[in-house]
Amino acid sequence: MIALDAAVTANNFALQVLWFVLIAVLWIGYLVLEGFDYGVAMLVPFLAKDEKERRVMVNTIGPVWDGNEVWLLTAGGATFAAFPAWYATLFSGLYLPLFLVLVGLIVRGVAFEYRAKHPDTKWRTTFDWMACIGSFVVTLVFGVGFANFIIGLPVVAAPGSNHLMMLETPFYFLPLFNGFALLGGVTLVALFVFHGSTFLSLKTKGDLHDRIVAFNKTAGLVAIGLGAVFLLWQQFIHPTGLLGWALLVLAALGLAGAWWFVQAGREGIAFISSSAAVLFVAVGIFATMFPGLGFRASGKGFATDGAAAVAQGLQLTTASSTDATLILMSIVAVVFVPIVLAYTAWTYWVFRKRLGVENMPDEVALAS
Amino acid sequence: MSAETLARWQFGITTVYHFLFVPITIALSLLVAVMQTIWYRSGEEKMLRLTKFFGKLLLINFAMGVVTGIVQEFQFGMNWSEYSRFVGDIFGAPLAMEALIAFFLESVFLGIWIFGWDRLPKKLHLASIWLAAIGTMISAVFILAANSWMQHPTGAIYNDVTGRAETSGLGGILEVISNPVTLVTIPHVLATAYMTAGGLMLGIAGWHLVRNAKAAETSEKAAADQDAWRWATRFGAWVLIVSGLATFVTGDLQGKIMTDVQPMKMAAAEALWTTEQPASFSIFTIGSLDGSTEIFAIKVPYVLSFLATGNFNAKVLGINDLVAEAKNGNIAGATTALQTNDAVKASVKAANDLEGFPGWVPNLPVTYWSFRIMMGLGFLAFAIGAWVLFATRKGATPKGGKLWDAAMIASPLAPLFGISFGWIFTEMGRQPFIVFGVLPTMSANSPGVTAAEVGLTMVLYTVVYGVLAVVEVGLLLHFIKLGLPEVTEPQVLTDDDAPLSFAY
Repeated sequence: MIALDAAVTANNFALQVLWFVLIAVLWIGYLVLEGFDYGVAMLVPFLAKDEKERRVMVNTIGPVWDGNEVWLLTAGGATFAAFPAWYATLFSGLYLPLFLVLVGLIVRGVAFEYRAKHPDTKWRTTFDWMACIGSFVVTLVFGVGFANFIIGLPVVAAPGSNHLMMLETPFYFLPLFNGFALLGGVTLVALFVFHGSTFLSLKTKGDLHDRIVAFNKTAGLVAIGLGAVFLLWQQFIHPTGLLGWALLVLAALGLAGAWWFVQAGREGIAFISSSAAVLFVAVGIFATMFPGLGFRASGKGFATDGAAAVAQGLQLTTASSTDATLILMSIVAVVFVPIVLAYTAWTYWVFRKRLGVENMPDEVALAS
Repeated sequence: MSAETLARWQFGITTVYHFLFVPITIALSLLVAVMQTIWYRSGEEKMLRLTKFFGKLLLINFAMGVVTGIVQEFQFGMNWSEYSRFVGDIFGAPLAMEALIAFFLESVFLGIWIFGWDRLPKKLHLASIWLAAIGTMISAVFILAANSWMQHPTGAIYNDVTGRAETSGLGGILEVISNPVTLVTIPHVLATAYMTAGGLMLGIAGWHLVRNAKAAETSEKAAADQDAWRWATRFGAWVLIVSGLATFVTGDLQGKIMTDVQPMKMAAAEALWTTEQPASFSIFTIGSLDGSTEIFAIKVPYVLSFLATGNFNAKVLGINDLVAEAKNGNIAGATTALQTNDAVKASVKAANDLEGFPGWVPNLPVTYWSFRIMMGLGFLAFAIGAWVLFATRKGATPKGGKLWDAAMIASPLAPLFGISFGWIFTEMGRQPFIVFGVLPTMSANSPGVTAAEVGLTMVLYTVVYGVLAVVEVGLLLHFIKLGLPEVTEPQVLTDDDAPLSFAY
């Protein structure tokens, strides 16, 4: 029915799977790392009692948030390079949601840098709220988005084109906000708030730390509750067999572990647990996107196997770049991903110390 | 307006805006690294103060570059889905590599540099600003390779089955890297970035230099400031002059390659209607309302022939001849494997009959004037640099005055806006193609995205960008006026409860 059928060439399937996995890895890097700094930014206006505490919270993520965000950019770039048709249909299809993401990223991105440049309370409050709302919007939209990938975005061939796919109707916005997707959005917000407060419990000291630990107890229960409903619902909407259930159990263990370890005062292990929970949730979602990439043929269910996926026209093998491009990119990835991981890990080690109000210089430092 | 027209406006607005921050980030990061290196070696306090002063301006600027850059990467897929699908196999790779190799480097190490003054030994801290600066430069290399491919798509073939451009094997990758347009564009763009950052240092320091002169005669503190401002003024001027020369040389080379691979762009830069041998360079031209004939022009004989080819008597093709050829399906300069593919040529020829096809000629008033404004602003900046070097020679302090102030303000802005006009010229001169000689711009936008969506987001981007510009400029001016900060020798903290020397 769709001319893309013919495009299944003798491409190297293993390379395509490798790049699907690598894109998932980049997304996981983004969700695990930027997930906690979104959580921290969302909590700044609520958990801090005074300006110094707000500064402590902002400074726990100050040196790292920008690097964390690059995982998202790299995931976007890698999708463009390795699966151009995926990138083209997804980014044009989710036009308004991505616009919201961009505005959210812009608003929160300047907020950290600019809040520090002027000591006026009103100025600072403005930027704290910008960072909070920006982080919230981005998280919410990605939660809604990933839930829709699980359901499968309905695609059709673009009018007059034998190659380009688009979502079934232009201005595809309202259908994104179905019940499952809304739950996805709220769940991701709760997950990041919990992940962020777990990070804060590891990085702060004093009064603020104790309040964060108390908050973490509630935040954890909310995240576990919402996460359980979402993940169970996911198994019925888009089952991925035993793997799906195993990932659900692992994600649940991660969340429960993080919750328990924070209260037990073992915050390092708690942070590893909440990171693992984010990772397992993400792996579970990407499992539903194989091989259909989060799309389905308009009017049909999602593709569960290769043949159904091919019939829908947009999936792993038809969306991918050529072998030459994938090989080049693989070489680059094999060399640079470990380097990036190494210096990123080193950054976290350099800034490993807990921060408290006593560490905040009295005045805004005039020096940069 | 159509969705495609609005998408072009959106790309123009967001890209020109983004690129106001890029040159300063690229070049000022390295200049700050140089200043910190001098401080590291000499221990001179003035160099630490200058490092921190210009470092702060760098960071304010960097934040805007980062957040507006994300829009760029998403925009290809959002507004230009057919383009993205068509070119992704080649064009996507540099973008992905830019993120993986360059963005991580600059973001992570700039974070370390900002917060690391009291966490790292001096040498490691110095290394972090160098790595961040190198990251910004690598980023430029990748993105310019991607853009150059749109001007001259080397290393690609057309695949009939997938209906898209594909890398012609690993050899194709080498061809993309050795694209002559890329090789000459990289040094040109980098040189203009250094003109801007040099101009910024010169402008700020020169502004303070004349105002601080009197106080410096009586106050020791002001004398120390004066010493630093003098150094920065002359350093900025030298950077501006040297990179200005590099800009002229590489720009000249670029013109010759452009004549070779995009003769229509050269003709459009000159509003050269009829083929001339030898061709004269137009300093000023007024055309008829429809732009098809010239009414009045001031011309310098032989110069265009030389600019375009290096030979004073060479023939330069005019627009009329180029259009006639294009209508026959022959785009002059389109000689790569992708551009000469039969299916590609057939579809390019067919574009002539598409409804709403804008014709084969770029928007001439835009190309003609942007080309001249670009060059004019570049020469102006160079002249300011030369004047300032002369005015501050042998320890002299210029008197100041309105002309001096105007020059100090123009010193960063002339190269900065010159760059904007350069980009407007090179992208508008590529029209009606998005990939020259291969894919018409009008066929490349997202079919599923409505004009209402593009229009709405364009208005909102403009509003957000406008507000941020006010905040950004306000912050920059505030810290510029504040002048050089007081500094203390950075120490690595050992006490866990000690206040940090820098925190947000």
